[in-house]
Order: sequence, then structure tokens, then C-alpha cells
Amino acid sequence: MFGKRVWGVLGFLSLAVCFGLATGAHAQTIVGQPHDWQIGFPPSYTPVMEKVAWLHNLLLVIITLISVFVLVLLLYVIWRFHASRNPVPTKVTHNTVLEIAWTIIPILILVVIAIPSFRLLYYGDKAQDAAMTVKITGHQWYWQYEYPDQGNFSVDSRILTEADRAKLKPNEPRQLAVDEDMVIPVNTTIRIIGTGADSMHGWTVWGFGIKKTVIPGRLNEGWINVEKVGLYYGQCSQICGNGHAYMPIAVNVVSKADFDKWVEAKKKAAGLLPATTFAANTTPANR
Amino acid sequence: MATAHGASHSHDHHDHHTPTGFRRWVYSTNHKDIGTLYLIFAIVAALVGATFSVVMRAELMHPGVQFFNNPDGTPNGHLWNTIVTAHGLTMVFFVVMPALIGGFGNWFVPLMIGAPDMAFPRMNNISFWLLPPAFILLLLSAVIGGGVGTGWTIYPPLTIQQGAGMDLVIFSLHLAGASSILGAINFITTIFNMRAPGMTLHRMPLFAWSILVTAFLLLLALPVLAGAITMLLTDRNFGTHFFDPAGGGDPTLFLHLFWFFGHPEVYIMILPAFGIVSHIISTFSKKPIFGYLGMAYAMVAIGVVGFVVWAHHMFTVGMDVDTRAYFVAATMVIAVPTGVKIFSWIATMWGGSIRLTVPMVWAIGFIFLFTVGGVTGVVLANAGVDYAMHNTYYVIAHFHYVLSLGAVFGMFAGFYYWFGKMCGRQYPDWAGHLHFWLTFIGVNLTFFPMHFLGLAGMPRHYVDYPDAMAHWNLVASIGSFISFGATIFWLVFVVFGTMFFGRKVGANYWGEGATTLEWTVDSPPPFHTFEELPHISPTAHH
Repeated sequence: MFGKRVWGVLGFLSLAVCFGLATGAHAQTIVGQPHDWQIGFPPSYTPVMEKVAWLHNLLLVIITLISVFVLVLLLYVIWRFHASRNPVPTKVTHNTVLEIAWTIIPILILVVIAIPSFRLLYYGDKAQDAAMTVKITGHQWYWQYEYPDQGNFSVDSRILTEADRAKLKPNEPRQLAVDEDMVIPVNTTIRIIGTGADSMHGWTVWGFGIKKTVIPGRLNEGWINVEKVGLYYGQCSQICGNGHAYMPIAVNVVSKADFDKWVEAKKKAAGLLPATTFAANTTPANR
Repeated sequence: MATAHGASHSHDHHDHHTPTGFRRWVYSTNHKDIGTLYLIFAIVAALVGATFSVVMRAELMHPGVQFFNNPDGTPNGHLWNTIVTAHGLTMVFFVVMPALIGGFGNWFVPLMIGAPDMAFPRMNNISFWLLPPAFILLLLSAVIGGGVGTGWTIYPPLTIQQGAGMDLVIFSLHLAGASSILGAINFITTIFNMRAPGMTLHRMPLFAWSILVTAFLLLLALPVLAGAITMLLTDRNFGTHFFDPAGGGDPTLFLHLFWFFGHPEVYIMILPAFGIVSHIISTFSKKPIFGYLGMAYAMVAIGVVGFVVWAHHMFTVGMDVDTRAYFVAATMVIAVPTGVKIFSWIATMWGGSIRLTVPMVWAIGFIFLFTVGGVTGVVLANAGVDYAMHNTYYVIAHFHYVLSLGAVFGMFAGFYYWFGKMCGRQYPDWAGHLHFWLTFIGVNLTFFPMHFLGLAGMPRHYVDYPDAMAHWNLVASIGSFISFGATIFWLVFVVFGTMFFGRKVGANYWGEGATTLEWTVDSPPPFHTFEELPHISPTAHH
């Protein structure tokens, strides 16, 4: 697979660049955030989102063509058959060929859509050989991230007030900056398991192609594999009460070495014994 | 050509003692008066619901929280959610349904099928009079117990956490649901049993067909909602655990029940508009509708398939992947009968002699805007893509294109088509055209940028958003102010202006294209119509 190798090399190069730029988990470059006058999807940061964007691009072409076709037909008939141009109407009210055509052709278009759609659906469903799991719990109104494979410590992630943001993370955008990011290693398949503590919440990150409505009493599984180091944002996507707009999701994707460092620090803080490092624990690393 | 012998002679009968004042309106058993009551009710509720939406757009016009603050300056997300909930429930249950089904349905189904009135006139009265108390309960729910900030989908566990207002919402929906079920029974019985001699089902006008299909959807869907909200009520007040995992329940059960009602509900809102648009397109193309049977059975197909696609609202809740695949496929199937309708409307215009009257421009606007709303529905039907769009403004844009631009354009088209029939006076054309263009520009400015916001990831039910999303929100807000201004213009100049100063019109003011039975009676029709039943000849157009 030549193409895959090229991507691997490119990924390695970009990783190397990121190593050079990123000094640590706290001064990350912001990759995944909306921009002014944005009219489309954000760039794809995961393999699932690449397929989502591909299918959406196909759909966008199809639906634009259909809408323009209907608009042009409407404008044409308004012009061509206006009473001033066509005072005597025809009596035609049936045309079997035409009626069959506008039933069959939409079906064919739908089949063209359905095939890649099902492929995407099954591809995005569950992780194959996930290297680690992050359990996400939605609370009113903050996110909790648990790392069962790294000793089961947990991190609470709350939005920063404007005053704190200006002080602690002035480069991060309003409404999106949080005190503790969800930290994950780059180029690693990560199983996401979500649940709700008190109400439903919606966990999503822009450009990741994942959205999990997390529900009390249920587990909701998905997966991500982020290709580039950086900070990524999302927002709670299921109405959950007063603070619904104030529980953003911030994912800090770091190198595997940085991730291990972060895990050690968190474990120390949580009073957990040091365990084997992530890098030693997981194979194969680059999926 | 349909004929109605003696339809306009009832002026001469003075033995009916037509009631007046309080007795005429409150005790009413007359389908036209009840239809008028429904329409007035829907207009009042629409002004309330539109005011909510303008308040929402004013808040979202700029980033940061301007109006929805607590006294201490912190944002009041719950108040925001309360307004959002009130907007949604008002528009669905107290504007679109009363206007299209109660209003136009009551007025024109009996007229079109040549029936003297509805099958159960007293039940018709209670159907309407259940609505004002239901609406009052809904409005009270916003101010009692801290308000209800749950969204119109009222998902537990959030709804179990709400204050006493939530119980009022449940009672409000019980009443509105009972009203609709009774109305549905009435329409089904009327249409099946009271058609004029010669009017077979396959000769029945498409608006009556649309109301028939809608009535079946109401009859089958609303009891499910009633059951679900009753279980919610007992979960809240009597210690049951239908939706509470702590007692072995499951919140997703509510989602399934809600959307088993909720998805047919969206077709309940749009099907009558399909019927209205069919009549208008046919009238002003001076041609019978193209592919009449296909049009009628496309609505039946939409109604049937509409019952088996509900879980496409729940792609992200963690259903089994095969289940999701089924719902993707079933949902996409609906595009086929919908396409048949769009193309049949265009084929009706093809070869016609088209007059761009006010109702016609609204109907043509409907066809295009509904197409745009429909194709984004096809995008959302793909579960894989939906993960990136679920609960974002893309979904808001989609369902406002089919409802706020689809159903509402259908309502205005029907209004401009039949207002002369209902009140005997006609509006000036320029006012109708001005209203159309203001609304068309306003709603597109409001809702088209929401596609962009949704693709960028802006979630629903948000009182504030990242600064990068400011510009499209500003555009949307300006659009909503234009639309609201257009609505006020319509109310003042078109509705009231026409009622008092409009020119008087005769029985068939649209001329030879208008072939259904309501054009054979006076404008406004006499209190009692069809005392002698019209007879429909076998060669009648539809």
C-alpha cells in the first residue's frame, strides 16, 4: 500500500514538526475551532470524519443539482407557460413514462447515496483493536473523563470563567476554554464510552465525526483516532438544563511521550501507583 | 365540471334562526364558524410564537448574553431553554396544526366533498374549545415552577428534574392531543360517509385527501404521545420508573415513544399544505392536477412510511448499528413519494396557462423551499453524516425549511387562495405580493445561514456561542426581523385592511381554473351550505 506509506511518512513528518513546536501539554496550538464566515465542515481530523466529509461532499453536489434542477424547471414553466404566452392550456394530465421515470431515477440516486452511507455507518460504529479507552461522563454541567487503562484516574473538565480564561489561557477562545482538557495520544485508536450522570448530554468534537448522546443508565460506544497534535473543541449537543451552553469539550491531542508524562502527573496527583507506560502497553501504536 | 344545485339558495331560508354573538361562536356547531375560530386562534398563537423567536434572534444577534441574564449578571440558560420550548410547542401544537387542519380543514373539507357540515358538529365544537385551555396551560408552564426548559421534545431525565410547570406542559399536550384525536375522528367519519353523491374517493379533491391521511396519522400517533407523557407524569409525581434507570427504566424508551408520535407529527404538519398547494397550482395553471392518483397515493405512502422511520431522530443515542442501517434506508425511501409530488406539481404547470396571482407565488415559493428543506433531509438521513450534524443548526435549518418555509408558506398560500371565499372581500394584489417578497427574503436570510452554522458545529438550544460564529448569526437575526415585520404588515394591511376595506367578490373570483365545490357557493358561503346535495358527474375533474 504505497498511498498508506506516503501518508504515514507525511504523518511522521508533521508529528516531528509538532514535536518541535509544542512545548508541552499546556501550550498547544489550537487546531479544531470554528472560523469567521465558515460555510462548511471543519477539516477532517479523524479517519471517520474524512469519510463523513467525502460523503457529505457527494451529497452536497447531488442536493445542489436537484435544487437547481427544480428551480430551473419552475422558472422555465413560469416563463414558457405564462398566461400571456400560452393562453390555452393543454389537457394532458398523465404521462406514464414520465411518472415511472421520476419514481425510478430518485430510487437510483438514493442507491448511489446508500452504498457509501452504509459503509460509513459500519466503519464509524465500533473501534477495531482500540489501544485504550476513555470513559466520558456528562454531568450538569461539566465533563468527566476517566482513563481505565491508565490506572483509572479521572479528570473533571469545566468551562473557564472569562476572568480565569484571560488569566490562564488567553489564547483560547471564549465559550470553549476549559480548566482541564481531555488529553489523548495522537495517532491512536481510542474507544470512547459515554454515559450521563444526571441528564442526557451530547459529546462531540468538531471535525472528529463523532457525536454520542450520553444517557443515564446506558453506555454509548464510539471511537476516534486523531491524526494531528493540537487542541480541538466541541460543545455539549443535547439540551441538559441551565448550563447546557457552558460545558464545552476540549481535547488536547499530544504525542505519546507527552501523554505518558501527563498520565504520570495525573496518577501522582490521584495518589495512584506508577504503572507500565502507555507506549509499552499498547501495540500496534500507529493505526 | 362539478355542480352544486341550490347551494346558494339558503339565504332565502329564514327558518334556521342563525345564532349571533356569544351563542354563535361559543356554542358553535357550524364547520365554517369553527374553522374561523381555529384560524383566529392560530393567528394569535402565531404572534406569541413569533415573538418568542424574535426575542431569541435578538439574543443571538451578537455573541455574549445580552438579555437572558440573572440579576447578578450570570447567564440564565434555563430561561433561554424555557423560551425555546415555548416557541417550539406553540408553533407545532397551536399554530400549524390548528391553522391547517382545524382552520382550513374545517372550512373546506365539507365544502369540497359537498357535505352540509362535519359528521359530529358538537364534537367539532369541543375539539376547538379544548385548545384555548391547552394553550393557556402551556403559557402558564413558562412562568410556574421556574418554567420548563427542555426543548419541545421533552426528553427525560431533564423533564423529570423540572418544576411544576412541566406537569402543566403534560396536561397541555393531553388536551391538545385529545382535541386533535377528536378532530381526526370527525374528519375520517365525514370524509368516508358524507361525500356528495357521485364523489368517489378517487374523485375527491386532493386537499380532502391530504386531510384524510393527516387524520389517520393523528389518530394513530397522538395516543402514543399521550401514553408517553402520562408515563412521564407518573414518573414525576407517583414514583414510577418508566424512564428512570435507577428503577430499571430507560430514558431511550421515551425517545422511541416520543418519536413514534413525533415523526408522523411532522407529516401531519406538512401534508395539508401539500393539499392546498395542489389546488392552487391546478387553479392558476388552468389545468387539472397532473397524475391525480399518484399524488393521492404519494400522500398515503408518505403517511405509511412516516410511521416506520422514527428512530432517525435518535441516531446518536447508541442504537444497534443494524437498527440504524434500517432507519437510514427507510428514511431515504420517503424521498421517492415526495419527489413524485414535486415533479407532479411542476408537470401540472407544464403546458398550463399560468397566472402569477398572490396564492400562486406562495405556492411556487413553497415548492422550491420545500425542495431545499427536503434535500437537506436526505443528507441528515445518512446516519454516518448525521453524527456531524445531529442537534446542530443544520437540523434547525432543515426543519425550518420544511415547516417555517414549507408549512407556513402553505398556510399563507391557502389564506390568499381562500380569504375572499371566507370573508367575501379580496385583498389588494400589491399587498399580497409585497408580503410574499418580504417573507421570502426574510426567512431565507434567517434560515439559510443556519446550514453554515450547523456545519461549523453550532449546537441547538444555546444562549451563547463562540465569537467565530457571530456573523452568520447576525445575518440570521436580521432576516428574522424582516420576516416578523412582514407578518405584522400582513396582519394589519392584508387581514384587517381586507376585512374592512377589501373589494367584494362573487362565488368564483378565480375564474375557470377553480373547479372544486367551494367555488360554487357564495363568498362568504351562507351559514348552511348544500341543503340540497350537489351531484358529481362521472367525468368530473379532480
